Amino acid sequence: MAATAKMAQGPHTAEPAIDAIDRWIIAATQSGLPRVREPYHLIAADLDLDPTLVMHRLTRMLQAGIIRRIAAVPNHYAVGYTANGMSVWDVADAHVHELGRQVGALPFVSHAYHRPRHLPVWSYNLFAMVHGRSREEVGQQVARIAELLGGACRAQDVLYSTRILKKTGMRINV
Amino acid sequence: MLDAIDRAIINHLQKGFPVCPRPYAKSAAELGLTEDELITRLDMLLIENRLSRFGPMYNAERLGGAVTLAAMQVPKDDFERVAGIVNALPQVAHNYEREHAFNMWFVLAAENPEQLDAAIADIAGRTGYPVFNMPKLEEFYIGLQLEV
Repeated sequence: MAATAKMAQGPHTAEPAIDAIDRWIIAATQSGLPRVREPYHLIAADLDLDPTLVMHRLTRMLQAGIIRRIAAVPNHYAVGYTANGMSVWDVADAHVHELGRQVGALPFVSHAYHRPRHLPVWSYNLFAMVHGRSREEVGQQVARIAELLGGACRAQDVLYSTRILKKTGMRINV
Repeated sequence: MLDAIDRAIINHLQKGFPVCPRPYAKSAAELGLTEDELITRLDMLLIENRLSRFGPMYNAERLGGAVTLAAMQVPKDDFERVAGIVNALPQVAHNYEREHAFNMWFVLAAENPEQLDAAIADIAGRTGYPVFNMPKLEEFYIGLQLEV
């Protein structure tokens, strides 16, 4: 199952080398950055490292794609985006790469993925997460995706989330 | 409620945060705030859970980990029992109820694909329902930026 999955191919495909220092930095920062004037100095002090080294390693991991970005992640619901829809689409596998790129570039799409079908119960192979302040707004966004896909779309659906059952940050043991 | 300054902070910091000796001072200057004002506001936004995270977003797969999305079709009257079993697994990072015959969707993260498969088999065995594994075959990247 998962073992056969081909992982996302970003611009950086070579397996990055991370060493013990990177692992310490990852462990120290994966729950977040400290809110102090010199956050990287504080992390360095906790790890008994030179602050310049910590900043250098973080920059290197950003460049290598090990860190996607250093940023704030809003809680959708708490900032007014109460309608969160997972739109799912059945498009020809031969075109999913190009169509996925176009859908992923739409400003209201937060994530888009090609995922496997499970026929006959699940025929959708393109997923696009859309977020709006109301279901009406999400419906309009989904209509724009449908417009973009045009005749390439054979079937579609939108699955609205009704409850968060669990949400913990992804903890990586490194 | 979020005021105009909170909104500006959220919109700005979604795009990125610098790596330099005084990163808050740098971002604050771009926002027209003082360094301490930004730090205080950011603390409040995290305490109030307006922000769910602030810091580096690590790419689990690039660190050798394995991640997948899985879905189940759970009968309404058995939903809470199944949610309890799924949520109890440490490999389950997020779990959402959705309006659909496929009504439970969760993200699993493990150290390797074998652990992921074991967790999926465990859930199927203990709940009695099939688990549909939907690992991403390709990701169309995307910086999530919600204008607030």
